[in-house]
Amino acid sequence: MAGTSGLQEDAMRYRTRTPRRRAVALAAVAALATGLLAGCAEDSDEPGGSSGGGGGDGGGKGKTTLTVGVFGAFGLQEAGLYDEYERNNPGIEIKQNSVQRNENYWPALLTHLSSGSGLSDIQAVEVGNIAELTGTHSAKLVDLGRTQGVDKGAYLGWKWQQGTTKDGKTVGLGTDIGPTGICYRKDLFEKAGLPTDREEVGKLWAGDWKKYLEAGKRYKQKAPEGTAFVDGATGVMAAVHASGKEKFYDAEGELVYKDSAGVKEGWDIAAQFAEAGLTAKLQQFQPSWDQAFANGSFATVTCPPWMLGYIKDKAGDKGEDQWDVAAAPRPGNWGGSFLTVPEAGGSKEEAAKLVAWLTAPEQQAKLFDKRASFPSAEAAYDLPEVKNAKNPYFGDTPVGKIFARAAEGVPVQPIGPKDGIISQYLADTGMLGVDQKGTSPDKAWDKAMKTIDNALDQ
Amino acid sequence: MTDIPSDTRTAAPSAGEEGAARRARAAVSPADPAAERRRARRSRRYRRDVRWSPYVLIAPFFLFFLAFGLFPLLYTGWASLHRVELGTPTDMEWVGLRNFSRLLDDDFFWNALRNTFTIGVISTVPQLLMALGLAHLLNYRLRGSMFFRVAILTPYATSVAAATLVFVLMFSRTDHGMINWGLGLVGIDAVDWQNGDWTAQFAVSAIVIWRWTGYNALIYLAAMQAIPKDLYESAALDGASRWQQFRHVTVPSLRPTILFTCVVSTIGATQLFGEPLLFSQGASPTGGSDHQFQTLGLYLYEQGWFNQHLGRASAIAWTMFLILVLIGLLNWVISRRIRRNA
Repeated sequence: MAGTSGLQEDAMRYRTRTPRRRAVALAAVAALATGLLAGCAEDSDEPGGSSGGGGGDGGGKGKTTLTVGVFGAFGLQEAGLYDEYERNNPGIEIKQNSVQRNENYWPALLTHLSSGSGLSDIQAVEVGNIAELTGTHSAKLVDLGRTQGVDKGAYLGWKWQQGTTKDGKTVGLGTDIGPTGICYRKDLFEKAGLPTDREEVGKLWAGDWKKYLEAGKRYKQKAPEGTAFVDGATGVMAAVHASGKEKFYDAEGELVYKDSAGVKEGWDIAAQFAEAGLTAKLQQFQPSWDQAFANGSFATVTCPPWMLGYIKDKAGDKGEDQWDVAAAPRPGNWGGSFLTVPEAGGSKEEAAKLVAWLTAPEQQAKLFDKRASFPSAEAAYDLPEVKNAKNPYFGDTPVGKIFARAAEGVPVQPIGPKDGIISQYLADTGMLGVDQKGTSPDKAWDKAMKTIDNALDQ
Repeated sequence: MTDIPSDTRTAAPSAGEEGAARRARAAVSPADPAAERRRARRSRRYRRDVRWSPYVLIAPFFLFFLAFGLFPLLYTGWASLHRVELGTPTDMEWVGLRNFSRLLDDDFFWNALRNTFTIGVISTVPQLLMALGLAHLLNYRLRGSMFFRVAILTPYATSVAAATLVFVLMFSRTDHGMINWGLGLVGIDAVDWQNGDWTAQFAVSAIVIWRWTGYNALIYLAAMQAIPKDLYESAALDGASRWQQFRHVTVPSLRPTILFTCVVSTIGATQLFGEPLLFSQGASPTGGSDHQFQTLGLYLYEQGWFNQHLGRASAIAWTMFLILVLIGLLNWVISRRIRRNA
């Protein structure tokens, strides 16, 4: 009997407690489910809300909030340009959304563009992605070429063209560029019996990458122990490719990577560098490459303006005054960005005005002064911030003048959506093997072509 | 045996017990229609509760599974039948089974499959053997056994990225790499770990072994502690050495556990991704300049997120899924045979 009453009691307790328990369980499920849905919805709603909703009622003070989506330390905020614009335009408030790496930023931007939500009012785009943007997504972007205050003549022709579609719609305004020079170690050059003055060094190889190769062979004859002439064959290849009239696409936008003269030239020269043993067999932006700056294991490297800060960072105090910058055999462009305004944004006009202001020569000069991002607006080269710029770490090299000259010599080169993929495979599965494993250039070329063909086949 | 009835009692009182309770109460107040109705309502509610509450309680998992498991799985299957690019994911063009059929003569796919298999073998076999040995050692009465047990689990708790970074430095091509430095001490020339076919696969396997041995050892240890002591005592009485005890008592008792770890490790090996990705210079998805350590997971990533072909990547994902289903079936057959033999 005691057993039964125990059962009964249990049953009673169970029963009286269940409604509440069930309510709790239901509430938990409901909360989870709504959380789930909200989680999905938020992704698309929230940023749109912050940008679109900012049309006129943002903040309740009649302020327009403009959002700027960038990757990495883009520099606009760091250089104080937002603050300055806000001071001059009291009705505007600028907010920046930054994603650390472009590899994450770009795919997200693509999906946001195709869904028309989650976009910032202004979106930055790296030069490696701009061709894909102008090629397939230009309909979703505002034509900035017609914005008031934008002067086409102030920009470098090739940069303007990169941000413009075939039918003449300018969807991206250039911020910075990366015209290349050659950074070289004066001390190593002296020991190897080469000239050290930047003008004379530039003359060594002016106009021809083959002369750069010859200089490397000369360097090797008397090379200081444990040093090589260049960092790696892949770096040389990229530099030659950037300086040609044609790379992987022709002017019609057709893929020509297999028989483009420019591609072949870069491949051959880089392979000769590897086979002559002039490289330190390094791959750029790897820890071993960074270490090599500190150890001084190579004498030259292709360098755009932004590389100077990188070298200073990696070579440290020991490298001060050892490096200098000479003109490249032929200048190319390495890096740089654009600003775009998506059609789906809420305050397109205000956003376009801000882009026009941010990319105007005066602001680009300020950005160069504070952040060493080299201006894409030719008109900025005569401004004192650029004209008189000197780099103390590089022995007071007049970097502004050197790179301005390089920028004007950068060829107008057709770029395409798959440039990044092709050049990475050409290096990673091709030239790297020649440099590091001693694969024969022909075999490596075939391998790289096979990988590229597979990668481009949809 | 004794606690089983009490378990069922607390878990779900049967209808018979409920009926008994009602009868007992009915005897107290013979005729009260309102109370009777109330009781009936309560009883209905109670029955509904017993019936549906379990579903409600497991619902959160299944909701999440639906959203983040089943839906992506089905959508991937749908995408694998189309030409879809990452840049324009809404633009789908039906291609039927082409994305699958092209895998048959895709050298890169077969290469990745081969690599996945060899890396899987070189990493799983030593890993499980070492885990078994470690567990056996830890099963002895040891001073500070807790410390050792936690210590062998730390690699498991380390992030792949951090661990791989350290291994990349250790397997560095130059003489600065710790392993080459060690080889140099015994007079062996520096090895270019990353660029050799086998050396690269060995290096990637080393990371996997390092990370997962402790985890498997703990699973084995838990199973070992469940083996009754008297088995060992009687084995010892029969004059079995420690090694014989290990072979004839420990290993047979661990059979289901060993099978479990084999299956889990095989699944892990099939999906291997982070280690080979981060092991290559610059986190390139090619797995070395000859694709020498590109696994299926890495090839999938390369096709989807680097080459931007979501359709092709989805087909690889589904192929991997089918391979895992095959492995699961194999496991089921083997475990059935083991059970029958036992």
